[in-house]
Amino acid sequence: MSVLQFTRDHEWIRLDGELAVVGVTDYAQSQLGDVVYVELPEIGRRVEKGKEVAVVESVKAASEVYAPASGEIAEVNEALAVDPAKVNADPMGEGWFLKLRLTDLKELEGLLDEAAYQQFIEQEQH
Amino acid sequence: MNDWSRALSANQAEETAAPMAPATGNRGLQIEEKLIFEQDSPGHCGVDLAEPAPFRSRLDGLERQSPIGLPGLSEPQVVRHFTRLSQKNYAIDTGLYPLGSCTMKHNPRLNEKLARLPGLADIHPLQPVSTVPGALELIDTLAHWLKTLTGMPAIALTPAAGAHGELCGMMAIRAALEARGNCRSRVLVPESAHGTNPATAAACGYTVDQIPADATGRVDRAALEVKLGVDVAALMLTNPNTCGLFESEIIKIAEAVHAAGAFFYCDGANFNAIVGRVRPADLGIDCMHLNLHKTFSTPHGGGGPGSGPVALTESLAPYAPLPWIVHGPDDLRLLEHKTGPAGQSLGRLKGFHGQMGMFVRALAYMMSHGSDGLRQVAEDAVLNANYLLARLTNELSLSFPGACMHEVLFDDSFLKETGVTTLDFAKALIDQGYHPMTMYFPLIVHGAMLVEPTETESKASLDEFIEVLKALATSARSSELPHFRAAPVSTPRRRLDETRAARKPVLRWGPEPLERDAPE
Amino acid sequence: MRYLPLTGRDRAEMLAVIGAPSIDALFADVPAAARLDGPVDLPKAMGEIEVERLISRMAARNISAGSVPFFIGSGVYRHHIPAAVDHLIQRGEFLTSYTPYQPEIAQGTLQYLFEFQTQVALLTGMEVANASLYDGATACAEAVMMAGRVTGRRNAVLAGGVHPHYREICETYARFVGFALQAQDSILRDEDLAQFVDRDTSCVVVQNPDFFGEVRDYSELAQICHDAGALLVVVVTEILSLGAIRPPGEMGADIVAAEGQSFGNALNFGGPHVGLFATRDKFVRQMPGRLVGQTVDADGRRGWVLTLSTREQHIRRERATSNICTNSGLCALAFTIHVALLGEAGLRRLASLNHAAAVLLAERLERLPSIRLVNRTFFNEFAIQLSHPAAEVVEALAGKGVLAGVPVSRFYPDWDEAAGLLLLAATEMTTAEDIDRLEQGLCEVLP
Repeated sequence: MSVLQFTRDHEWIRLDGELAVVGVTDYAQSQLGDVVYVELPEIGRRVEKGKEVAVVESVKAASEVYAPASGEIAEVNEALAVDPAKVNADPMGEGWFLKLRLTDLKELEGLLDEAAYQQFIEQEQH
Repeated sequence: MNDWSRALSANQAEETAAPMAPATGNRGLQIEEKLIFEQDSPGHCGVDLAEPAPFRSRLDGLERQSPIGLPGLSEPQVVRHFTRLSQKNYAIDTGLYPLGSCTMKHNPRLNEKLARLPGLADIHPLQPVSTVPGALELIDTLAHWLKTLTGMPAIALTPAAGAHGELCGMMAIRAALEARGNCRSRVLVPESAHGTNPATAAACGYTVDQIPADATGRVDRAALEVKLGVDVAALMLTNPNTCGLFESEIIKIAEAVHAAGAFFYCDGANFNAIVGRVRPADLGIDCMHLNLHKTFSTPHGGGGPGSGPVALTESLAPYAPLPWIVHGPDDLRLLEHKTGPAGQSLGRLKGFHGQMGMFVRALAYMMSHGSDGLRQVAEDAVLNANYLLARLTNELSLSFPGACMHEVLFDDSFLKETGVTTLDFAKALIDQGYHPMTMYFPLIVHGAMLVEPTETESKASLDEFIEVLKALATSARSSELPHFRAAPVSTPRRRLDETRAARKPVLRWGPEPLERDAPE
Repeated sequence: MRYLPLTGRDRAEMLAVIGAPSIDALFADVPAAARLDGPVDLPKAMGEIEVERLISRMAARNISAGSVPFFIGSGVYRHHIPAAVDHLIQRGEFLTSYTPYQPEIAQGTLQYLFEFQTQVALLTGMEVANASLYDGATACAEAVMMAGRVTGRRNAVLAGGVHPHYREICETYARFVGFALQAQDSILRDEDLAQFVDRDTSCVVVQNPDFFGEVRDYSELAQICHDAGALLVVVVTEILSLGAIRPPGEMGADIVAAEGQSFGNALNFGGPHVGLFATRDKFVRQMPGRLVGQTVDADGRRGWVLTLSTREQHIRRERATSNICTNSGLCALAFTIHVALLGEAGLRRLASLNHAAAVLLAERLERLPSIRLVNRTFFNEFAIQLSHPAAEVVEALAGKGVLAGVPVSRFYPDWDEAAGLLLLAATEMTTAEDIDRLEQGLCEVLP
C-alpha cells in the first residue's frame, strides 16, 4: 500500500515499489496559477533532502521545488515538457515531476500525513 | 407628423437595428495593422541608394550567400505602419500615467531639440578629445548639478539604467571592502524592495537577507539591527520607500550600518519626492543611483533607453567606473584607463562614455527648472499624491496610516468579497481611459495599488482621475463583477492569453506555421 | 514655471482638503537635521531661450562628424539615417510611453518589438532574439554569463580581436560576478584559439569583423567548442556588416551579442545605443532581457505580450538570470524603422556601398609609401601601419580639420608595437573629396 506524504513546502511524495514519486500539491498549483514550464533535473543526479531539485514556472511566479528526501533521480516526467498544464489539471497524478531512488527511508518519518498537511494549509490561509 | 418626417423616422428605426460589422476588423480610428513581414513587396526599398561602382571585394569568399529574409516596403507604407502602431499605445502625452515608482512626468520637447544639435548628436566618442571640449563640459556640468542636489562629492555617470547603476554601486562597495581586506558576504534588503535590489546583490556574489516592514510601512529598525553583523557588506534601502513613505529613522539606520562597518546603498528611484528639499548625503547615504528617466524627465521610450548615474561618497569615489572626466589646470580631461587618480577604478561597465543623449536632456530639464523649480517639483509631487490620498482614503483602502510622499499605496482590502481583484480593477480603469497604477508591488501588502501622479498633473486632471476611481470602487462593490472580469473591452486588444504565450513561445515571425511546441 | 500646472490657488485648496497647514507639514518625516531651508546653490529657473543658448554654446565647441572628412569607426559608425525615422520615434505615443506591462494599451510597442526581434534573428542567422539590451558591450558580458549558466562552467575565453571596451566590461563582470576570463593577448590576431578550449570552458568569444576589421569563418572553431561542450559567442560591432558577410548563425554560433547603433541611431557621443542579443531556441529560458511573444486575446485576435518574464528580476529576485530591467526601447524602434525602410534589397546595397567605400579608401592609402594595410580581409574598417606614432598623426590631422580614425594606442597605451597602428572606417557617407583630404593630410603629416 503506497503511503502519501507531504512537506511544508507543498511537495508530495509517494513510495511506489522501489521508487518514490514526487510532485507538487493541489494547493501549490492553485497558488502558482497556470504552469507554463517545469525545469526537471537530469537522470542520475543525486539530491539531498531539502535541497532544490526542480523549478516550476507560472506566468507570474517561479518556485523552487525541494527534494522531500535524499536519493538519486531515476525518472522524470517528460510529458511535462510538452504539456505543463498537467501540473494544474492533475497535480497528484499525471502532473508528477520525478521518481527518486531513496537512500534513507528514515527521512520519510518527519513528513506530514494527509490530515496534518490539510491542517497545515488551513493555518497558512489565515 | 407629416409624410416626410414619418419616412425619416422609419429609416432611423432600421439604421439603429445593427451596426455594420467592419470587414477589416477596424473600428473608427483603431486600425488593424499586419506585421511588416506580411506586407513584403520583394525588391522594394524605402531608401534610394546608388549602386556602387564596380570594386574588387576584400571579403575573400566570406560573402553572405543566403538572403536575410527582410520584407521590402516603400516609405509611405513604413510611415503608415508605424503611425498606426503608435496609435495603439497609451502615453504620458495621452493622459495621466499613475505608475507608482516610475515617475511618469511630462517629457519636455526642448530636451528633444537640444539632444539633436549636431554638436551633441553627431560627435563620435573616440574623436580626439581636443575636438569635443563642449561634450566634456556638458557632462561635467551635469555632474556638478547632480552632486549639488545629492550633496555627494562624486558621481559615476556611465551606468545605462537604474539597475545598471545598482550594479555599479554594489561593485564599488565590494571593491572598497576588498581593498580594506574585509570581504563580507551578506546584504540586507527590505521585503518591500524592488526586485532589482536582491537580483543585483546576488549578482555581486552576496547572499540576501530580507528585513520586514513595521506596522507603519517602514523598515523595521529593530529587526534590521539584529541582522547587522561583521559579515554584512551593505544595506540597500529605497528612500522614500516603495510604499511611498519617508524612512523617518534613516539617520539612525545609517549610524547603525556604519557602526557595523557596512555601507549604506540607497535606491534613488523615488528621488522625485525630495529633490531640492533633502540631500541624500545629509541622511548618511554612501552610494545612491538616480534615474534620469524618472526624476529628470528623460523619456521612457516604451522601455528605454535610461540612464542611472551613481552618486558616491568619498570612500567609494576611487572605485567609480571608467571613464572619468577630471579637471586639468585649464581644461577637462578624459581618463580612459586605470592610471593616476583612476588607478583603483572598478573598470568599465559600459562601452564608451555613458548615455550622452540622456545627459543632454536631463541637463536641459534641470536648467529649465533651476534650484527653485526643482524644489517646487518635489513639493508639487508630494502635494498631488497627498491630495489623492485625502480624497480617496474613504473609497479605496489605504495600506498605511498617515501622509505619504510622492506616491500613495492602496491594497485590495476594499475589494474584499466583491470578487474583483486588483487586476480586474486595473483593467476596468483602462476602459475609463487611463493606464493603470502599479499593481502587486510592493509585495508586502495584498493586491497592492501604488499611485504616483507626479507634479506635472494639474488639479483638474487629478479631480477627474479621482471621480473615475470613486465610480469604479462603487461599481465594484455593487456586484458588477462580470463587467470587471471582461475589461478592457474598448481597447485595440482585450485581455491577452499570457499563459499561452509562455507555454508555446512564439518569439519571431516565420513564414512557416506560427505555432510551435514549447522548447525543451 | 512652464512645466508645473499647479497654481498658488490650487495648492492652497489642495492643502485645505488634505488638512495640512503647509507643504512643510507633508515633509514632517524628514529628520530636522536633513531639511534644506531653501533651494540648493545652483542657478535659478531659466526660460527656453536661455537654456538653448547655454547648451548650444557647449555644442558649438565640438567638431561634428558631418562637418569634416570623417573616418572613425571602432564600435560606433556614422551612417545616414532616413528622415522618416526621427519623425516617427518622436511621436508621443512612442516617446512617452512606458514598458508594455499593460499589453491591451501597448500593442504598438509590443508589435514593433516583435518585428525587431525577428529582424535581429534574420540578420544574425539565429533562431531567437530578445527585445534589446543597453549596448553591444554589456550584451557581450551578458552572453558570457549566459554561457556560464547553460554549461555550468566558469572559464570563458576572449579572443584578442574583441573590442577592448567589450573585453574590459567582461573583466569587470568576471571579477564581481564570479567567473574566470582568459583574455587572449591582442597581439595574437591570428586566432589559434582551439588550444584554449577544454572541458572547463563555458564559451569562446570572438568578434566578426574583429576590432581590426578582419573578417573570418569561425565554423571550425564552433565545431571545436561544441566537441568540448562549450559555446561559441560571436560579437558584432557593425551590424550592417551582416548585410554583406556570412552571419554568425551560419557559422555555428550559439549566442550573438551585437551593437545595433548603425541602424537608426546617431553617434550620440557613445550613447544611447542598442544591444542585440540572439541565441538558439533551446537556450531561450537562459536569455537575459525582455522578450515579446505572440498570443491571442479574449476575442481570438492575434496580439503580443511580454513573456517568459519569470526569468527576470521583478519575479525571480535573487534567482534572476540577470538584474536587467530596461531594454533600449526607443533606440530599438529607430533600428526597426530604419531596417524596415531599407528592406532586403536596400540593406544589401547599403552594405555593398560601405564595402566599396572602404575598398576605395584602402586602395588609395595602399599607394602611399609610408603606409601598410594590415588586413587580409575587411568590411568597412581596417587597420593601417604607419611609420610614425598614430596618435600624433591623428592629432595633427584633427588640427587640419580631418578626423582620421582612431589610434590603437588610445585603447592599448602600453602596447608599444601598436603605436603605429591606425583604425579607419568608411561608410556610405564617405565622399571622394573626403578621401582626397585624408590622403593629402597624411602626406603632409607623415615624414
